[in-house]
Amino acid sequence: MQVSVTINHEARSADVPPSTLLVDWLRDGLGLTGTHIGCDTSQCGACTVLLDGEAVKACTVLVAQADGHAVITIEGLAKDGQLHPMQAAFSAHHGLQCGFCTPGMILAGIAMAKRHGPELDVETIRHELEGNLCRCTGYLNIVNSIHAGAGESANASL
Amino acid sequence: MQAFEWHCPSTIAAARALMGGDAALIAGGHTLLPAMKSGLRQPSALIDLSRIPGLGTIAIEGDRLVIGAMARHRAIETSALVRQHLPMLARMAALVGDPAVRARGTLGGALANNDPAADYPAAVLALGTQIRTDRRTIAADDYFRGMFTTALEEDEIIVGASFPCLPSAYAKHRHPISRYALAGICVARHASGVRVAVTGAGSGVFRWSEAEAALAGTFTVATVADLRPDPADLSSDIHASAEYRAQLCSVMLAQAIHEISPA
Repeated sequence: MQVSVTINHEARSADVPPSTLLVDWLRDGLGLTGTHIGCDTSQCGACTVLLDGEAVKACTVLVAQADGHAVITIEGLAKDGQLHPMQAAFSAHHGLQCGFCTPGMILAGIAMAKRHGPELDVETIRHELEGNLCRCTGYLNIVNSIHAGAGESANASL
Repeated sequence: MQAFEWHCPSTIAAARALMGGDAALIAGGHTLLPAMKSGLRQPSALIDLSRIPGLGTIAIEGDRLVIGAMARHRAIETSALVRQHLPMLARMAALVGDPAVRARGTLGGALANNDPAADYPAAVLALGTQIRTDRRTIAADDYFRGMFTTALEEDEIIVGASFPCLPSAYAKHRHPISRYALAGICVARHASGVRVAVTGAGSGVFRWSEAEAALAGTFTVATVADLRPDPADLSSDIHASAEYRAQLCSVMLAQAIHEISPA
């Protein structure tokens, strides 16, 4: 089937089988391998992308469902060599170790900041991170990073 | 995933015309797609309901809150109307899955699936919600038919649900990974009495008649302090024994009562 999706502000089209998952098209079709596949069972959040601004798991969305919509991946965040404020916060607060979960964490963090505003508190972050698993950090620095990055991310354009 | 045909009709009538055989409706897809990936479901075609205008509407009709089948958990969780008229349902929606699941999953999908540990069935049954389909209205007491089974006909499509706005509360002990209810209790105070619905603990949502009878007399935690469902009627699996679920039901019931009527 023919699909057209705006990926990182760029119109992309493809002819894909209806069973194509968004994450597979991003990675294998478009070469955007920053969206990771951790569990493939909707649990881990490594494949989190923004679909019309909302954090979703790209392993549980068909490209067909995204047809006509807008997707932002980790590759679409930095502008003119400048990290997005949430990326900068993860860097400043060492919000990662191996980095596998990081793209999903950053996009989930941005969606949280957009939904709850710049005053996003730690308790809300902990509650809302339950769909993103990290096996290295123990989450402390991830929570700190999102907390630090929320202020600027809440109003930053994507 | 096995190959399938993809349809995205723009009306309910067109969607119904596409049904038959092994075709399946897809709403948010957050139960269906995982089931298809694991091979549990192999539909020959998917009929996407997301492009049908108006199916996600949330509105007040008289004294009832009417929510469209395609309303996503996030919309229910954040809707000013739901928070004002039926705050229990907004809080319940906030406990479904995780934030990414709530961005996609829908009320209609959850009700059609009728997972024995899903949340909305408890609200629907406790409130006496009406399920609206493309052809009729189904009373909550007639709708749920046990595990993953409902009164829906093969080609029947849920278009929404009409909730009475009653004092109600939902208490849930979540499985820490799946976030489904190990036991969830929804209590609603009706003019005619109290309805108590249990999800997660049995093979399907059910009414706890002993608790309803006790609470119709005196609506306090103390009234039901010694009450516990018979473990013989509950589920036992790797997550929890029937005895443990019975105990959770008792604790969740107390929490729900306390939320409606702190004493």
